[in-house]
Amino acid sequence: MNAAARTASTAAGATVRSSLAGHGHSSVTAKLFLGYLLFSTVVGLAALVTLLVTILQDGLPYLDSVLLFNAPSANPERAGARPAIVASIMIAAVLMATALPVAIGTAVYLEEFAQRDRWWIRLVELNIQNLAAVPSIIFGILGLAFVVRGLNLGPVLLTGALILGLQMLPTIIIATREALRAVPDSVRQGGMALGATRWQVVWREVIPAAIPGVATGSILGLSRAIGETAPLLMVGAATFVSFNPGLLTQYTVLPILIYQWIKLPQEAFQGLAAAAIIVLLVILVSMNGFAIWLRNRYERRW
Amino acid sequence: MEPTPAKTAEQTTRRGVQLAAPTAQPTSEAPLAEHDVVFECRELGVRYGRNRALRDVNLEIREHGVTALIGPSGCGKSTFLRCLNRMNDLIPSAAVDGTCRYYGEDLYAPSVDAIEVRKRIGMVFQKPNPFPKSIFDNIAFGPRVLGMTSNLADRVEQALRRAALWDEVKDRLRDGALGLSGGQQQRLCIARALAVEPDVLLMDEPCSALDPISTAAIEDLMTTLKSDYTVVIVTHNMQQAARVADQTAFFSVDQGETGRRCGVLIEMSSTDRIFTNPDDPRTEAYVTGRFG
Repeated sequence: MNAAARTASTAAGATVRSSLAGHGHSSVTAKLFLGYLLFSTVVGLAALVTLLVTILQDGLPYLDSVLLFNAPSANPERAGARPAIVASIMIAAVLMATALPVAIGTAVYLEEFAQRDRWWIRLVELNIQNLAAVPSIIFGILGLAFVVRGLNLGPVLLTGALILGLQMLPTIIIATREALRAVPDSVRQGGMALGATRWQVVWREVIPAAIPGVATGSILGLSRAIGETAPLLMVGAATFVSFNPGLLTQYTVLPILIYQWIKLPQEAFQGLAAAAIIVLLVILVSMNGFAIWLRNRYERRW
Repeated sequence: MEPTPAKTAEQTTRRGVQLAAPTAQPTSEAPLAEHDVVFECRELGVRYGRNRALRDVNLEIREHGVTALIGPSGCGKSTFLRCLNRMNDLIPSAAVDGTCRYYGEDLYAPSVDAIEVRKRIGMVFQKPNPFPKSIFDNIAFGPRVLGMTSNLADRVEQALRRAALWDEVKDRLRDGALGLSGGQQQRLCIARALAVEPDVLLMDEPCSALDPISTAAIEDLMTTLKSDYTVVIVTHNMQQAARVADQTAFFSVDQGETGRRCGVLIEMSSTDRIFTNPDDPRTEAYVTGRFG
């Protein structure tokens, strides 16, 4: 468009605008609304920045090799979070080995094979939706009754991991189903039209195409479980563990250790708690970052 | 692998029997026309739940020719096409009635395995639907799941050559199939269907998403393919039917006494006759552009 034409069209635009003037009140409303939106955003951001700055100020001086590699101690000079860090990593591993395959299997069955018009399939679907909204402490009570006492496993790391696994099942099932649903039906039809069985199409085409979405959902579910405290308190995670935990030993995890340290009277433990929060944050942010990277890298537009 | 045009009754029956589970008894001999009849439909109809989409289709489709199914939207021609390789089975609410015989054997008999049917009767869809993997893996999918993995590379090359795509992709077989143009993707889908060595190729409006040049390439392909395969094509484009088809069937929508719309077959005949001197006035109205 040349300059003259642009001027002409701007002039025409101005004419139209002036002829439609006289709606001042709507623009005031719009400005008020915009201001409100901006304010909401600032509140959230300000809270986050304040938290981060405080934590970093308090915690950075204590963030050293002692924190990462020592066991907890009554002496803040020598107290570290190693057993808790190890336990958090072990729990993540147990979750990947137990809850993940079960959740993915459930999702594949419900999405690809189940007959939706059966009442019991609908009941299962409804239950999964509801389980995702159950408060985590309820899962703790369930674990206490059925795993700690019912299976008589006691308050050991495996118990805690199983409870967290149960809690993250619905999240991963729902995320996996979303990912499977995003694979267009034309892929399934194309495979079936070649004489492949439904199983072959699902295994060779649909699941591989859905893996990025499944991975993203699973990592987000895992990171939520790592940050979880309430159900573990219920099933008896210990607060003072000075040894590296095993599957069938007592354990504590980072969030519980933080909770414990904050309650102690010495000033130094507050700083240690802040430093442990930084460690936890770094773990969670890098897990979520990895999930986002996976999604952006492999997301497919059909 | 190509079936010879003159086929004996025994061969035909044997071919039909292979569709069924190995223990099935041969069905009664089908009467053979001058050309072998591939599909013979009697009173064929389809319902989706309570809605009838198609009723009373009586027609025969012959071997080694292109049969076009034309008609206005909603006349059931795609639904009919999907009866021929039991793709309607995948829609839970769909129910097929009447009979549809493939080389004399009832496709909907309880002993017939739908998977086996689809191995013989390939299908190409309206929108190109390559798998999100390499060109090679797309073609190799069918042979791999059917266990035809000997000389896989040769098989892939042969299928791509038949679909007139080999020269364009031979240097990038490992590249993703979604990077091909729409027309190339559709020929890839045709190659993918040919790789499992079917007898019949069903095409559901294969050119409706393509530009005129790609369309011409696919039409040329259909004319070459009919020497080896039986081709059935659904098309909205009457010129296309006139260009490629030997036989043409005209479907229309019938708004019966109940007011429910339902697809019916109006007439089927040689393409020449349908376009120049059809028996039914509705066909004439449609092909001359006065309706639909």
